Amino acid sequence: MLKTIPVGSALGLFFTVLFLFVAIFAQLIAPYPGSQIIGGVWEPMSAEHWLGTDNLGRDLLSRMIYGAQVTIFISVAATALSFTLGSVLGFAAAVIGGWFETVMSRFVDLLMSIPTLIFGLVILSVLPSTIPVLILVMGILDSTRVYRLSRAVAADINVMDFVEAARLRGEGTRWIIFREILPNALSPLVSELGLRFIYAVLFLSALSFLGLGVQPPAADWGGMVKENKEGIVFGISAALIPAGAIAVLAISVNLVADWVLNRTSSLKGGRG
Amino acid sequence: MKLIAQRIALGVLLLLAVSVLIFAGTEILPGDVAASILGQAATPQALANLREELGLNDPAIVRYFNWLGGVLTGDLGTALTTRQDIATTLMPRLWNTLFLAFWTAAVAVPLAVILGLLAVRYRSGPIDKAISGFALASTSLPEFFIGYLLILFFAVKLQWFPSISTVYDGMPFWQKIQAIVLPGTALLLVVLAHMMRMTRAAILNVMQSAYIETAELKGLSQFDIIRKHAFPNAIAPIVNVVMLNLAFLVVGVVVVEVIFVYPGMGQYLVDHVAKRDVPVVQAVGLIFAAVYISLNIVADIAAILANPRLRHPR
Amino acid sequence: MVDTAESVPPRPADAELLLEIRNLRIEARVYPPGEDPRDVTIVDDVSLSLPKGKVLGLIGESGAGKSTIGLSAMGYGRGGVRITGGEVVLNGRDIMKGGIRGFRKLRGREVCYVAQSAAAAFNPAHKLMDQVVEAALVHGTATRAEAERRAKALFKKLSLPNPDTIGDRYPHQVSGGQLQRVMTAMALCSEPDMIVFDEPTTALDVTTQIDVLAAIKDAIRDTGVAALYITHDLAVVAQIADEIMVLRHGKLVEWGGTRQIIKEPRKEYTNALVSVHHIEHVEQAPTPAPLLKVENVTAAYGGSDVKVLKDVSVDIHPGQTLAVVGESGSGKSTLARAITGLLPPEEGTITFDGRVLANALHDRTRNDLRELQMIYQMADVAMNPRQTVGTIIGRPLEFYFNLRGRERDARVADLLEKIEMGKGFIDRYPAELSGGQKQRVCIARALAADPKLIICDEVTSALDPLVANGILKLLLGLQKEENVAYLFITHDLATVKSIADSIAVMYRGEVVRYGPKTQVLSPPFDDYTDLLLRSVPEMELGWLEKAIAGRRMESAGN
Repeated sequence: MLKTIPVGSALGLFFTVLFLFVAIFAQLIAPYPGSQIIGGVWEPMSAEHWLGTDNLGRDLLSRMIYGAQVTIFISVAATALSFTLGSVLGFAAAVIGGWFETVMSRFVDLLMSIPTLIFGLVILSVLPSTIPVLILVMGILDSTRVYRLSRAVAADINVMDFVEAARLRGEGTRWIIFREILPNALSPLVSELGLRFIYAVLFLSALSFLGLGVQPPAADWGGMVKENKEGIVFGISAALIPAGAIAVLAISVNLVADWVLNRTSSLKGGRG
Repeated sequence: MKLIAQRIALGVLLLLAVSVLIFAGTEILPGDVAASILGQAATPQALANLREELGLNDPAIVRYFNWLGGVLTGDLGTALTTRQDIATTLMPRLWNTLFLAFWTAAVAVPLAVILGLLAVRYRSGPIDKAISGFALASTSLPEFFIGYLLILFFAVKLQWFPSISTVYDGMPFWQKIQAIVLPGTALLLVVLAHMMRMTRAAILNVMQSAYIETAELKGLSQFDIIRKHAFPNAIAPIVNVVMLNLAFLVVGVVVVEVIFVYPGMGQYLVDHVAKRDVPVVQAVGLIFAAVYISLNIVADIAAILANPRLRHPR
Repeated sequence: MVDTAESVPPRPADAELLLEIRNLRIEARVYPPGEDPRDVTIVDDVSLSLPKGKVLGLIGESGAGKSTIGLSAMGYGRGGVRITGGEVVLNGRDIMKGGIRGFRKLRGREVCYVAQSAAAAFNPAHKLMDQVVEAALVHGTATRAEAERRAKALFKKLSLPNPDTIGDRYPHQVSGGQLQRVMTAMALCSEPDMIVFDEPTTALDVTTQIDVLAAIKDAIRDTGVAALYITHDLAVVAQIADEIMVLRHGKLVEWGGTRQIIKEPRKEYTNALVSVHHIEHVEQAPTPAPLLKVENVTAAYGGSDVKVLKDVSVDIHPGQTLAVVGESGSGKSTLARAITGLLPPEEGTITFDGRVLANALHDRTRNDLRELQMIYQMADVAMNPRQTVGTIIGRPLEFYFNLRGRERDARVADLLEKIEMGKGFIDRYPAELSGGQKQRVCIARALAADPKLIICDEVTSALDPLVANGILKLLLGLQKEENVAYLFITHDLATVKSIADSIAVMYRGEVVRYGPKTQVLSPPFDDYTDLLLRSVPEMELGWLEKAIAGRRMESAGN
């Protein structure tokens, strides 16, 4: 199957794996400690400091590597939370129906009628910006979208004749969710997983950029953009490096998600 | 008509529920406004005094209705940090934000529709591929990447535009426009791709209908087919797409304003979140939500109005 | 080599040709997932000719290329279809040389098109009249007033109600049968030389179909327009066409006069199409102890006041077939839902094998569920696309009989034998099966439960006639072997005649006629059954005229 992978998706896969690797083994890879001042302010790229130094004279490459860890860890955790919460509730709503579905769906409508970033800001005006709080806020707010998708997908499948056939056979709810519906819902959900992860990365970066996400001295990539943004006016592009990294990560995951969706949906049978 | 009235009523209800949610989000969560204003060094006596002054000792429901009553009469309360009336501080910023959003939309909407049409006309061709590639990239790019890239090139290297977009009252119109070119462009790039992609899908959906084939088989020219048969049916989904994306735009404004230090609502909100100035956050949050919900209502109403089945019942 | 002497039907020597297609070859690019796109041939070396004012029927199963040929007369290819060889000569000129401008000039002027689904083919945003006169105005063949006058005359000729005002309506305000006639009027309004009818009555109920068919036939005769009439139903085309061309897999099978094709088919395939409903089945008499008794059942959806079933009572006898016939909206599928418990009846009882069944599905015992199985119309959505044939058939064995491992596999292989497929299919996915094979697997799944009754809901209506015939024969064979009873729901009276032991005719939620087959099908009839029986096209020349005349006489007599 890997033979048929298009160039774009292969590149996306390469970068996704690379970023993951860096994030996991940050402590082993980083040439310098992340928060130690080891040189002048905004030194240019050199053999010693491949990406130069940042606004306080810290090694930018090392900070990028630790930043990858923070960014990816929080985003993965938030995505995992939003996905578990959203898909379990969404599936349950579609299969159980009745008042449970009505209450859940109206509540989700309500949450979604406030833009996520605005609602996030409102909550963070009261709660401290610690990592668990960030994960919780991001995960819960984003689970609304997963809920909508998984409910819609499951509701579509739920009315198919093969599900009715299983019901007529006398199968229980668990068989119907896990054996009849889930296998058919997987491909849209997997590609949605990619999109949700991208969204989490962008959301976290935006919060940190606004100074409301990860707090110093720790920094994710969005926070590093904030730290180095003053340099832009002097033509120093240090802020663009973490910003670019976010972009590359997001595009890569997007390409992989697209590929997964195309590949799995082509296996699906039936007309159209 | 009944449907439209229903939709508006639903919107008002939703807005009310949102106000409850925003109020609850800031009030019931742990963390006391008085404590956050005074900081950790506060004496219990000072805390008690401030609580009394802010009315924090009333039950939450009473405070909610006091707040809601204020909002409905145009009184948004006083900022904790500056002790200024929120409504008066907010108004000029609201206008600045709307100014930025309006001009961005004025460019983005026609551009997106035209590009969407082009993508459909030359489907699967290089133009279509370029457009969808661009769309993929731009949904993945953070606003600040685009923003600082623009600043680096156009403000620092080429020096065509200022890097900080200051606008003030009484500033000549053309200077104002010049000041918002860069933030506007950043915002444009953020929403354009999405709007284009959805427009493309909406038009494509119409173009693949059987009645387009009928028109084709009547010997109509391509232009007539689009003008007489595709357009009347595509207008509703396009208006819908545009409105939904304007809602995105209103939110994207927050980050862009911070990047360009633009004196709008977004900047105002972010500053006061950092200072934990709850009344300001509540007020601004509610306004953002109101704009967002109204745009969604307009989108739905447009869809209702354009549907012949609903306009001409049996 | 095409042997023209034999393939062109006899015609008067002075017949002036309107359309001549020579050695037509049409290809399409397909994009199989995960593979490089490749070209497939849809129409292969087909030649035909059509004299002025004559009707040629194009008939074949799905994939025969009949619509593609019809549209090629207008220079139109649907979704990436390209004409790659041959000539299409219309009114003496090769239209393939005219380019897109040439096509636009002839479309809507010399040749017009009537689609299968008029509901989708009309633009929902415009009034009917604007769409009907559009082609005439675009080509400048009439002024607006003239075109509207002509349109109203056509509405009248096509027996549309309120011919003077129906044009002011929007498409969604008009019923399906009427819309189909408006579309015919639209095609005739620009006074073309030829009309391409693409399955114009397939989506309609039989009682509506006969009216539309008669209207189209009258209109063709009165205006002298030529036509290509595309359909999969030989009995329908026999009423309207002067000549019939049988196509299969994009190739010509047989071409001849209508009488010759239906009376003396020369090719095996044509013969199979003609004799499709000849199934040997001896009607069985009712037994004293019915297997299923439905008594006075009344049902409605979601607590609404509109009863979709009103006081329905029928019996099904062991090892026999009860056919439930009716048009869309008659409540025949709802009856199946009530019996299975998916839609618990509000009143009435259902007795199965001597015991009263619980109304709701979840209150029934596993044994009740096992003995009452169901087969659906669309086999491809009735099977989980992510399960193999082995799992699909094997699951009921596990679930009801606790069969596992080798025992289960042996039984699955057994069942695959019974449906004439063989155990090689055990690891296939539904997507890898043909339409008929899919339906066979569904039958095997039902049989796996060792049921006493199988509800068959329109199980053959999505299939091509020959495939459907195979399924019917299989079902009858299995009935003999397993002594299983069928509740056979269908809108197709021909099917009913060939397989049923007793018949229930449903109309608007009520059973209007019920009894053993011969009794139900013998006079005296009630009005609705009479209408229904008269509406079913028979493969006989002049049937349409007789049927219409019979109806007129009756309405005159009443």
